[in-house]
Amino acid sequence: MSTKSINTIVDRRDGKLAMAHFYVAFIALAIGGLAGLLQTLVRSGKYELPWGIGYYQVLTVHGVVLGLVLTTFFIMGFQLAAVSRTSGALTDKQRMTGWIGFWLMTIGTVMAAVMILLNEASVLYTFYAPLQAHALYYVGLTLVIVGSWIDGAALIMAYASWRKANPGKPSPLLTFMAIVNTLLWIVATIGVAATVLFQLLPWSLGLVERVDVLVSRTLFWYFGHPLVYFWLLPAYMAWYAIVPKIIGGKIFSDSLARMSFILFLLFSIPVGFHHQLMEPGIDPAWKFLQVILTFLVIIPSLMTAFSLFATFEMFGRSKGATGLFGWVKKLPWGDARFAVPFIGMLAFIPAGAGGVINASHQLNQVVHNTIWVTGHFHLTLATSVILTFFGISYWLVPHLTGRVLTKAMNKLAIIQAVIWAIGMTFMSGAMHAAGLLGAPRRSSFSTYGGSEQAAEWIPYQVAQAVGGSILFLGIILMLYIFINLAFFAPKGEQEFPVGEVADAAEKTPMVFENWKLWIGITVLLILFAYTIPFIDMIQNAPIGSKGYKFF
Amino acid sequence: MHIHKFEKIWLIFGITTLLVFLSVIGVSAFYLGNQPPSCLATINPEKVDTTAPFDKPGLKKVEGKEWDYELVFVASAFAYNPGQVEVPKGAKVKVIATTKDVIHGFEVAGTNINMMLEPGFISEYVTTFDKAGEYLIVCNEYCGVGHHMMSSKIEVVE
Ligand code: HEM
Ligand SMILES: [Cu+2]
Ligand SMILES: [Cu+2]
Repeated sequence: MSTKSINTIVDRRDGKLAMAHFYVAFIALAIGGLAGLLQTLVRSGKYELPWGIGYYQVLTVHGVVLGLVLTTFFIMGFQLAAVSRTSGALTDKQRMTGWIGFWLMTIGTVMAAVMILLNEASVLYTFYAPLQAHALYYVGLTLVIVGSWIDGAALIMAYASWRKANPGKPSPLLTFMAIVNTLLWIVATIGVAATVLFQLLPWSLGLVERVDVLVSRTLFWYFGHPLVYFWLLPAYMAWYAIVPKIIGGKIFSDSLARMSFILFLLFSIPVGFHHQLMEPGIDPAWKFLQVILTFLVIIPSLMTAFSLFATFEMFGRSKGATGLFGWVKKLPWGDARFAVPFIGMLAFIPAGAGGVINASHQLNQVVHNTIWVTGHFHLTLATSVILTFFGISYWLVPHLTGRVLTKAMNKLAIIQAVIWAIGMTFMSGAMHAAGLLGAPRRSSFSTYGGSEQAAEWIPYQVAQAVGGSILFLGIILMLYIFINLAFFAPKGEQEFPVGEVADAAEKTPMVFENWKLWIGITVLLILFAYTIPFIDMIQNAPIGSKGYKFF
Repeated sequence: MHIHKFEKIWLIFGITTLLVFLSVIGVSAFYLGNQPPSCLATINPEKVDTTAPFDKPGLKKVEGKEWDYELVFVASAFAYNPGQVEVPKGAKVKVIATTKDVIHGFEVAGTNINMMLEPGFISEYVTTFDKAGEYLIVCNEYCGVGHHMMSSKIEVVE
């Protein structure tokens, strides 16, 4: 696509920046995984935490470190590498910007972590007011977000230089996708930044006495749903643009891939009310409107599923496969770079179906805040997304460190994914089942005063502990492979695979690069979905709440 | 931009299913009245104990309304008032609840009653208790160290 000579190796200095992000991400995986294991053990009723550590303190660690830290650092590192690989090495100024972003995020993470360890912030990673954490917890999380903006600025600057050097040409697909995800992130995080900076921080510092709880939650969930698409889109980048190359096939259609990313940008933000369906103070008609918008992301999801399977089938048939499903056998099942993300894709089928249930106006009543929800996002985030991130690491980490993925590590990686799938089947399956019986999420072990109903949930909690133990084994394996690839694997050149478009697919229209248009529509949709209910909320607001520290 | 024939069929099928699905939940919500709890009434959370109907938590028979009883709950860290209540089987009941401090959940396990209690707001839901038995009420929104101890009980009696 580009006339500039395409480099096939990420610049070494950019590689260092990306690896710095990955070190933090995998340390987070280690800490968060241990917390996850402890949670399942406590919830089985057969184990108690030592040294006065609280269950909710551990759960705060797990949510912050895996939901916010691991994801943001991995995604930023991956996107930096992808842009450097497809649009050329960053300039010194761009790379410096990236490093500033990285250090701000890291300092913020340490601040938040210290506050959690001191039990000054056991408010979980969603920090709902009027539970009030120490001000430094909010400052820490703010730094993580501001740091990620600065990281994002480095990406946007690199994209702008590419466009300037290649006038009238569509940008490389991976760069384009990284930019869409960065824009989505910036637009979304404005909501959480607003509630933290203007409401929670002054309130926790004692500058104001009261906080408007509903406004704060609404700003949080304006951010909370696009957050999940910010996690998902990097996985889609790999599925659309990298996995085809790994199997030796072609990208089905460049234009459709771009279109689906644009649709995610448009429809993932004005939908936060689907997390607030059970809340007072919001008119149900507005809730329903956002439910409709929520369901529109099903369209790009269907497009993605079609493209992926079309790529797989085209490849299989080009290798002489016959019959309806003959192509399945031709896929490279022994290659971890393909097999691991593929297991992630499979998990997305039940995960997506569960998501449709969650977002359905009334069905939500059955599952809202039950452990079903936790089961759901351990399929989406902790399986589909995370296994794809693991699959990316298997070639990206050695590519950046000048090493190779050996046969032995490749095999271990496949075993890792199978262990993960088995552990998750137990844990997530049992969570879904217990949730349907009413078992609440975010809850330590309890017999609820000997209640018969609660007694029915306990066998499922034991099953979750079995699954959790298997998953923890998977985490140890993953860390072992990561350390091998980063420090010990034999020196060599590991490919950074970038897919090419199938010959039949035609030229990519330039309209996809028209950011004024897409950001304009995004803003209009947000204003449409939020303006009136938000004004209602402020006009009819009850007296605000003082802070409580019930931990 | 060219779209493959099979992809067109796939998308048309998908989008049609989506429209049918949205119509079903839309009709259920707006025609049959199955809306999620979305009460718009507010209250001063610091004066809950002196504000009707929360000054007298528990079950109350009412006349001339679409429901036969009102069942009032006050939540605070980490308990519900009343801690236990009896409801006659088959009664149409309006559950009315609020919180005095942080956000709590109000979930009657094994039923469709599931709502958030937020300081400053009143939450309501109308339902009929058709099956006799004991129903556990749990707090399903994290509210502090005692969150998993926070519960109450509804006994539906003949
Ligand atoms: C060893 C593997 C894991 C185990 C055993 C595990 C276990 C759990 C359990 C039991 C809970 C629910 C606790 C409760 O609601 O009381 C939970 C919550 C959660 N998990 Fe995991 N998990 C694992 C891996 C992951 C991964 C890889 C991610 C993300 C990348 C993740 C993200 C989350 C998040 C965001 C929550 C919600 C925390 C909250 O509700 O505040 N988990 N996990
Ligand atoms: Cu959502
Ligand atoms: Cu609670």
